[in-house]
Amino acid sequence: MAAVSSMSKMYGLCFRAVRQTAGLKAYRLLQRRGFRVTVLQLQQTFDSSLEKPQFPGASAEFVDQLEFIQPNVISGIPVYRVMDRQGNIINPSQDPQLSKETVLNFYQKMTMLNTMDRILYESQRQGRISFYMTNYGEEGTHIGSAAALDPNDLVFGQYREAGVLMYRGFPLDHFMAQCYANADDLGKGRQMPVHYGSKDLNFVTISSPLATQIPQAAGAAYAVKRENTNRAVICYFGEGAASEGDAHAGFNFSATLECPLIFFCRNNGYAISTPTNEQYRGDGIAARGPGYGMLSIRVDGNDVFAVYNATKEARRRAVAENQPFLIEAMTYRIGHHSTSDDSSAYRSVDEVNYWDKQDHPISRLRHYMTARGWWSEDDERSWRKQSRKTVMEAFERAERRLKPNPELLFTDVYQEMIPSLNKQRESLWRHVQQYKEHYPLDLYEK
Amino acid sequence: MAAAARLFLRGTNSKLSIAPGSLGTTLLKLSPNCSSRTKTQRRHAAHFTFQPDPVPSQYGPTQKMNLFQSITSALDNTLASDPTAGKSKPETLKDRVFNTPLCEQGIVGFGIGVAVAGATAIAEIQFADYIFPAFDQIVNEAAKYRYRSGNMFDCGNLTIRAPWGCVGHGSLYHSQSPEAFFAHCPGLKVVIPRSPIQAKGLLLSCIADKNPCIFFEPKILYRAAVEQVPEDPYTIPLSQAEILQEGSDVTLVAWGTQIHVLKEVASMAQEKLGVSCEVIDLQTILPWDIETVCKSVVKTGRLLISHEAPVTGGFASEISSTVQEECFLNLEAPISRVCGYDTPFPHIFEPFYIPDKWKCFEAIKKMINY
Repeated sequence: MAAVSSMSKMYGLCFRAVRQTAGLKAYRLLQRRGFRVTVLQLQQTFDSSLEKPQFPGASAEFVDQLEFIQPNVISGIPVYRVMDRQGNIINPSQDPQLSKETVLNFYQKMTMLNTMDRILYESQRQGRISFYMTNYGEEGTHIGSAAALDPNDLVFGQYREAGVLMYRGFPLDHFMAQCYANADDLGKGRQMPVHYGSKDLNFVTISSPLATQIPQAAGAAYAVKRENTNRAVICYFGEGAASEGDAHAGFNFSATLECPLIFFCRNNGYAISTPTNEQYRGDGIAARGPGYGMLSIRVDGNDVFAVYNATKEARRRAVAENQPFLIEAMTYRIGHHSTSDDSSAYRSVDEVNYWDKQDHPISRLRHYMTARGWWSEDDERSWRKQSRKTVMEAFERAERRLKPNPELLFTDVYQEMIPSLNKQRESLWRHVQQYKEHYPLDLYEK
Repeated sequence: MAAAARLFLRGTNSKLSIAPGSLGTTLLKLSPNCSSRTKTQRRHAAHFTFQPDPVPSQYGPTQKMNLFQSITSALDNTLASDPTAGKSKPETLKDRVFNTPLCEQGIVGFGIGVAVAGATAIAEIQFADYIFPAFDQIVNEAAKYRYRSGNMFDCGNLTIRAPWGCVGHGSLYHSQSPEAFFAHCPGLKVVIPRSPIQAKGLLLSCIADKNPCIFFEPKILYRAAVEQVPEDPYTIPLSQAEILQEGSDVTLVAWGTQIHVLKEVASMAQEKLGVSCEVIDLQTILPWDIETVCKSVVKTGRLLISHEAPVTGGFASEISSTVQEECFLNLEAPISRVCGYDTPFPHIFEPFYIPDKWKCFEAIKKMINY
């Protein structure tokens, strides 16, 4: 009996499982067949169609037909929009009916961004700043989403979300200071242009590695949830960055750990020169959300009201229900990836022109405004002139400003200065004293 | 073996059998007359003897704890004192101590986000061997957060913990000592305790420290190291190496488990060679206490550094390089590094791989006779 009981201990799990799933009342172990369990089935009637899967890993029914689920890429997740390409409201119930003041602000922020982009892109071409990235064509995604958030909501961006900062009130001088890396840069001159950040405006400083912000946003949302202060977190990224492992990590963590977070994907058709058909085979990014247990939507990113409505509702529910939402904003990157890119190498000028002329967030909103008599040709002319002047003045100020003191090379590595770094700092100064004519000290603050 | 991971420690229930020789002892009990058991079938005893420190008197009442218990104690203290929580009832701990999906880059990324949002985050990686998927988040993000944002943002609230070092049978993926990879990353702090008392104090310092810290815990000491550990919280300062015993002829530097090897080597050297060794526990790998080590080498003239990690590019090379810069004329012999070989960490060959006391002893002999 000892042998049987020890055998049954070893195979106990197996016996229990067999009994459970087969609903049998009796079994017999043949001791001869030491390592094979033979189960004798008594002739009892049972209906196997009543059986339900018990697997801890999934909640589903059984099926007895072999069929692979077909991903639907021909007729994918539909694109939610409020305005047609001419700026006419399609379904009046979807018009957020924002005030004239609000809508004009949307328009002015989008156009101011556009103006700043043109001037700073040019300044890189002229060798005044080292690098720049424009936001052409994606202004709607920035302003629409930023307007739907609370100013206290924390923003994690990728690098093409300057309009969110602009909407929140980041001064032109600060944009310029960061691009010029001058002594007014809040980032103390340490990063390449367009790596903005603002503690006051709850916009976490941009970093170059792609998608790293995605799991970070999930963690921040988790912490914010515990604070219980009605704050949400939004995380922007492109469809290219969505291929990174960090994106998968962030989606899974945020859904599993129930974080009040909005994932906002700017699907603009290109990751530098990689078009979307070389980025993924599935139905874009929105289709991935359900795989993580996440509510998802696809919107027309060039329709500022669609972006606004989706973000507003996602924010409301994310905070109320402590779950993440995925918004895939379809748009088009009209400009080059950056000043280091010439996109004519991989796409036609015709394609770019179509989006610039036929489906641009700025012109669609302008049509909406002019249809209501809120914006005239004169308004347009004077605003263009005024915004350009404002940008140019900030630009000139930034140009004249000195660079930060080189002491700032060594600070903020740790919260405190450490002895070894201090020694290196002193060694640099001694060296520069001796070889000062070879160092551009005049450009820097003392 | 899969790498499950947790954001906050939930209370260890490690099923990993890490007491060396325990299997051999059990088998001997069942069949005491079995003489056919050859030497090769018995697993080796540990390569070190844990040497407990004296009971500390300055931190209040103490309790017998092993290494993992001292770490749990540190975490319990932290949960109890956290101002945002307030509560310490078990049922409300679910949102403070929890499992995460199995994804190290996610765990660290998530931990960074928690820290950036202003809360304390203690992320656990199941084995240091599995920290590499998180390397980008640690090196490119956590370490650089403060610097790149001009001090507007930081993840000083982040501490990452991971079991570290050889364990007798861990092989390639349960034995690694990756401190050298992170030592090369400004902005991080890397800390390795040698004992329960040290572990609790150093871990609490890491948690309190306003910089992202990586805390490597010598897993072979989890149960093998037992000391009287203060129940109340206390901190041991970072970046301060500790001189465990003073000596005049050779300076021995190590961290973690290897300290106990070197302590034994120091006795052997005294007994067999009449050589007086100064033993230093570095404790913090980054930023490391250059002053204490150099001061010691100026006194003794000889330096031996020992670690399990492979010798090439191991942290001993950094110490050696700096010491020869600072103390060149004081050196009586080349600086000696007794480390793991430049191979992945082997399974059955572990007794040959590790920098054991005989290798260290031999190195001292060579230095003395140089």
